[in-house]
Amino acid sequence: MSEIQFSEEAKRRFDTILSHYPEKRAALIPVLALAQREFGWISDEVADYVGQLMDYPPADVLSVASFYTMLHRKPVGKYHLDVCRTVSCWLMGTYPCVDKIKELLGVEAEEITPDGLFSWNFTECLGSCGTAPAMQVGDRYFENLKPEKMSEIIEQLRKEDESK
Amino acid sequence: MTTMTKIHLTNIDKPGQQSLDKYRERGGYKALEKALTMEPLAIIEEVKTSGLRGRGGAGFPTGMKWSFVPRNTGKPTFLLCNADESEPGTFKDRLLMERDPHLLIEGMVIACLALQCHLSYIYIRGEYEFVANVVNQAIEEAYAAGILGASVMSKDFALDIHVHMGQGAYICGEETSLIESLEGYRGYPRIKPPFPAVSGFLASPTVVNNVETLTALPWIINNGGAAHAAMGTEKSKGTKLFSVSGHINKPGVYEVELGYPLMDFINNECGGIRDGKKLKAVIPGGSSVPVLTAAECVGVLLDYESLLKAGTMLGSGGMIVLDETTNMAQTLSVIADFYAHESCGQCTPCREGTGWAAKVLRNLLAGKGKKSDINLLLKIADMMEGKTICPLADADVMPIRSFLTKFRSEFEAYCTE
Ligand SMILES: Cc1cc2nc3c(=O)[nH]c(=O)nc-3n(C[C@H](O)[C@H](O)[C@H](O)COP(=O)(O)O)c2cc1C
Ligand code: SF4
Ligand code: FES
Repeated sequence: MSEIQFSEEAKRRFDTILSHYPEKRAALIPVLALAQREFGWISDEVADYVGQLMDYPPADVLSVASFYTMLHRKPVGKYHLDVCRTVSCWLMGTYPCVDKIKELLGVEAEEITPDGLFSWNFTECLGSCGTAPAMQVGDRYFENLKPEKMSEIIEQLRKEDESK
Repeated sequence: MTTMTKIHLTNIDKPGQQSLDKYRERGGYKALEKALTMEPLAIIEEVKTSGLRGRGGAGFPTGMKWSFVPRNTGKPTFLLCNADESEPGTFKDRLLMERDPHLLIEGMVIACLALQCHLSYIYIRGEYEFVANVVNQAIEEAYAAGILGASVMSKDFALDIHVHMGQGAYICGEETSLIESLEGYRGYPRIKPPFPAVSGFLASPTVVNNVETLTALPWIINNGGAAHAAMGTEKSKGTKLFSVSGHINKPGVYEVELGYPLMDFINNECGGIRDGKKLKAVIPGGSSVPVLTAAECVGVLLDYESLLKAGTMLGSGGMIVLDETTNMAQTLSVIADFYAHESCGQCTPCREGTGWAAKVLRNLLAGKGKKSDINLLLKIADMMEGKTICPLADADVMPIRSFLTKFRSEFEAYCTE
């Protein structure tokens, strides 16, 4: 038996997801996304748990998870900044923004700040090319980024966390 | 600005358009009412007459695609809406779903009637969670209003539509990869044939259509296929959305009649080049199509055949504008990194070729390149082209070859010997 468990709400969500598909297997990726939301990232333990729920061997679950860049196989910060480096964002200045992020957070890509609050990484085109450069933080986009706007955004996220 | 007929963006900026009430108030679901009185084959005929071509990138005629679906196989037929939108430079489907989600739902119900499909999914890229929330809310409203569910608009036709979220993989926009991903696997494209129309999702007949394709359907049903075919050019009917980004004064999503002159579009609709600079090049259809030099843009029309004649493609309509300050070698390197990152790794020429090309370019930019590297890159492109399961490798070849041949001296300037 695995140590971890979905919350009651996640269990309800799980049942809803399964009800959308004629075959259980089709629910695997949405269930992995749900598990990541619950547990933060897809650890071996989480893969085990998802495997049990879905009746698949954990290795199979991990192989699927590792294909998708939004499913994390390592811990990330509470606020993970995915900064687009694809052509339109790059043209409009991804790298000056990234330099500022590094300076403000003091960590390189994929590293987590000591307080566990932030991490960042590059990502590919987010579909915000007309409002470039852009980054994704959880279920939100920040667009028309500028180096001088970065500290404001990071402060905003910090405040959000404090008021939680 | 021109006042052209709009098929997709008629109500895009109107307040409250996301709600069923406002959508209906502005004429929404009238086309569905009409379609419910038509025979399925008559709907397909209407779409054939319209000349509508798939807006996801390949431009395949929609009515023809639908007519390939075998009937009465004893298996269900599935319609999958491709909302994976990951082609660099493309952000039109997002706008349609965020601002006018019922237009997509209405289009999908019409397509499902034509295909006699009772279960359909919208595959939305995982990054678009805030977009999916809007779509899900509209779906809930449609269920509550009896537009979806056991009997669509009280007729003897059941239809369920669900949103399925991807989790980050460009390749899942390719239709067979999308199907694998929807089935719960790694998104490895399948070898065709069999085509999805015959054996797709759960080995059943499946149609994959782009968001923009499906949102054209209510207009076509309301106004008739012939009215749609009256717009555009001989081989490119109707209107097209262009997502414009890069060095342009007014980036954004524009709808124009196909056949619109490219330079007029850039200068009159999009406000011209940023900061009064000169145009250097345009990538007209997402990063996977060949680049046009400024000189080549003159006289080109925005339609399938004119762009093809100019040596490029309409693609997704993701137009990336580059001004005279653009470093073409760096730009190609950024583009090549994208394909190297997104190759699914199934085919050796693509896995090795995309990675190799990206590495040679980075090496070149670091000042460690030789003149022979330019020919090496062209050779890598030849090695990849047409030798793979899906067209992702070709999508890397297009920018590599066109950038290198059209802007060769900029690459040579980096070479040490
Ligand atoms: C690498 C690759 C990525 C693609 N990405 C998308 C995409 O994000 N959205 C899309 O609609 N079509 C995409 N396509 C095209 C689909 O395979 C398919 O042709 C399309 O969804 C069919 O719909 P349509 O006929 O309505 O255009 C992609 C194709 C390839 C080869
Ligand atoms: S061409 Fe590339 S992306 Fe397409 S199936 Fe082959 S390896 Fe995968
Ligand atoms: S290139 Fe960054 S969002 Fe498209």
